Amino acid sequence: MLNIEDLIVEIDGKQILKGINLTVNAGEVHAIMGPNGGGKSTLATILAGRDLFDVTNGKVTYMGENLLEMSPEERAHKGIFLCFQYPVEIPGVTMVNFLKTAINEQRAYHNLEPLSASDFLKLLREKQELVGMHSNLTNRSVNEGFSGGEKKKNEIFQMAMLEPKLAILDETDSGLDIDALKVVANGVNNLKNKDNATIVITHYQRLLDYIIPDFVHVLYKGRIVKSSGKELALELEEKGYDWIESETKK
Amino acid sequence: MAENTTVGQLKEMLVRLYHDNKTSIDANVGEGIRSVRGKALGDFEKLGIPTRKVEAYRYTNLEKVFAEDYNAEFSAERFKVDLREIFKCEIPELDTHVVLVLNGFYYHDNKITGLPEGVIITSLAQASVSHPGIFNAHYGKYVNTEEDSLAALNSFFAQDGVFVYIPEHVKIDKPVQIINLCFSYKNLRITRRNLIVAEKGSELHVIVCDHTLCRRKYLSNSLTEIYTGANAKTEYSKVQNENNLSAQLSNTYIHQEADSKVVSNILSLHGGFIRNNIFVKLNGERAENHTYGLFISDSNQHISNYTSVLHAKPYCNSNQLFKGILSENATGAFNGKIYVGKDAQKTLAYQKNNNILLSPSARMNSKPQLEIYADDVKCSHGATAGQLDEDALFYLRSRGIREAEARFLLMYAFANDVISNIGTRHLRDRIIDLVDKRLRGKLSKCNECEIHCGN
Ligand SMILES: Nc1ncnc2c1ncn2[C@@H]1O[C@H](COP(=O)(O)OP(=O)(O)OP(=O)(O)O)[C@@H](O)[C@H]1O
Ligand SMILES: [Mg+2]
Repeated sequence: MLNIEDLIVEIDGKQILKGINLTVNAGEVHAIMGPNGGGKSTLATILAGRDLFDVTNGKVTYMGENLLEMSPEERAHKGIFLCFQYPVEIPGVTMVNFLKTAINEQRAYHNLEPLSASDFLKLLREKQELVGMHSNLTNRSVNEGFSGGEKKKNEIFQMAMLEPKLAILDETDSGLDIDALKVVANGVNNLKNKDNATIVITHYQRLLDYIIPDFVHVLYKGRIVKSSGKELALELEEKGYDWIESETKK
Repeated sequence: MAENTTVGQLKEMLVRLYHDNKTSIDANVGEGIRSVRGKALGDFEKLGIPTRKVEAYRYTNLEKVFAEDYNAEFSAERFKVDLREIFKCEIPELDTHVVLVLNGFYYHDNKITGLPEGVIITSLAQASVSHPGIFNAHYGKYVNTEEDSLAALNSFFAQDGVFVYIPEHVKIDKPVQIINLCFSYKNLRITRRNLIVAEKGSELHVIVCDHTLCRRKYLSNSLTEIYTGANAKTEYSKVQNENNLSAQLSNTYIHQEADSKVVSNILSLHGGFIRNNIFVKLNGERAENHTYGLFISDSNQHISNYTSVLHAKPYCNSNQLFKGILSENATGAFNGKIYVGKDAQKTLAYQKNNNILLSPSARMNSKPQLEIYADDVKCSHGATAGQLDEDALFYLRSRGIREAEARFLLMYAFANDVISNIGTRHLRDRIIDLVDKRLRGKLSKCNECEIHCGN
């Protein structure tokens, strides 16, 4: 589904990703862990199409197509969804208008009629319930004044509305209470099927108790220095990143 | 006019134009209008056409506008067509008392019916003759021709426009909609003058729409005086939608008594050159004024707003919010003044000016001016100019919203802070629709206009 080959990314002449290789197949869950500043969010936002960075080397194919040539909206239409580490506040754009526009733009891309007002509301309510999103949040401007946890929940809510093929969760578990954590996990697990895949970026093994990864990777100083099964997460939790450093030096 | 005509020569030309046509200018008007001309003329001769050395006009090049060639008409032209047929303002369900004004003259065939008792809506010239009592008590009383030369210029040329009178405690449900039309076969210089008197305890919504119906050059200098008596509520909405050749100088003087409330919405949707001067005087305790402005500009348009809010009495509130969206080579200016007199304790006065520049060649100048002579007051001001928020844009696009649509959503959200203050729902919906079209680049003329003259 997703294939990243020797990806090198710079910002202002500084290398942030120094040759990433990663293959994600449909049906899989990948966890990416690693210390602060390692490049996890950079990788995630590159996949979603942010043009702040310069890709100086490498290839990314998504469902057989060159991903790097697509606009962010095209990637979204083709099923990529990023749960932002820091969701953006957009005063004046209401959640309802935002979601309706997003859904109908996606439908238009797939040559579907826009949802009727009542069908849209039905969908909205259904997903709201699914992720336990308070209805007064959907009446407000996008993320404006939302608490940290509410913002994260809103990301999951949008994910549930848009039903992506490849979801990338960037520290969606950070700052969540235990109930919300389960909601996030449910959100991911509900989407899980043989055609979809998920990349979960996290610092905590805790989330991986609920979302069982098929692979765990360690992204360290711009490189994936270790990849293994779910037991790697436990090992990291126990031994910390110093252990990785000494491991990679060997 | 030769390119290097000086402002001095332009001034002389205007003064001569007045003297040469004095008989026609005075033909139909009453003493109230005539009596202020002498002083206004003197003031204009002293002040001249404001150059950019005049602080309030620093970013607005009036010399260029005045140097163009225009004709002047000192009597109402009669066209064989029915103006109401040509121009239908089709705001669905917007039920208003429509008053058409053609090239500055009250349209001879306005049909206004069903007014509450005592309400007067008529031509300014007519009112100055038929209602000298009320008329003379207010006309020219809220304008200071010594202070602003456009006001002076308007005051000695003034011939006609609209007079609205709402008696004490009368609430007029239907808005009064004044539609200023520019329609001619040649370039025109236009003077318009309105007087709106809303007595104690009354309620009124006046909408003023400005349109050019032809691709001709117009220079209009309009002045509206609004008197809002004690406990009265007045809403004033101005919708400017003129062609790129037009220059519109619009002066509004608002005078408020105790416990009154005035909400103004100045919506500049289109126009080659627009200068709005808005003067507010809070002349009674606990008066409240909200002045909102939105402008959207592109190509080489210039839109500038000047406000002056004078707190003369204690316990008054004022709030100004002006927003601008500029693209291509558009230029804009905001000059907002708050003046708090020494007796105006417990004043609350706020001012905000936010602008979005969509292109690197668009320019905006913003200048607040606070003069505070009382000590127990709360005043604040702030101005910003920036691009659309890139992070927000990316966030929207990452959800599948196309770039153009995402930009539109952000611009619309920006504009909505102003639009949402329009109190009449049907007008608000209509403005939302117009702003929507404008932001999508689909509005270059009022789309309901029957004359497709290509502006
Ligand atoms: N816009 C930017 N300008 C300059 N440097 C940047 C920019 N964005 C990211 N970086 C740098 O790139 C490096 C990787 O950042 P990134 O956000 O990808 O790390 P991360 O692995 O997600 O960290 P965390 O766990 O703290 O979220 C950091 O050193 C960061 O400072
Ligand atoms: Mg990060």
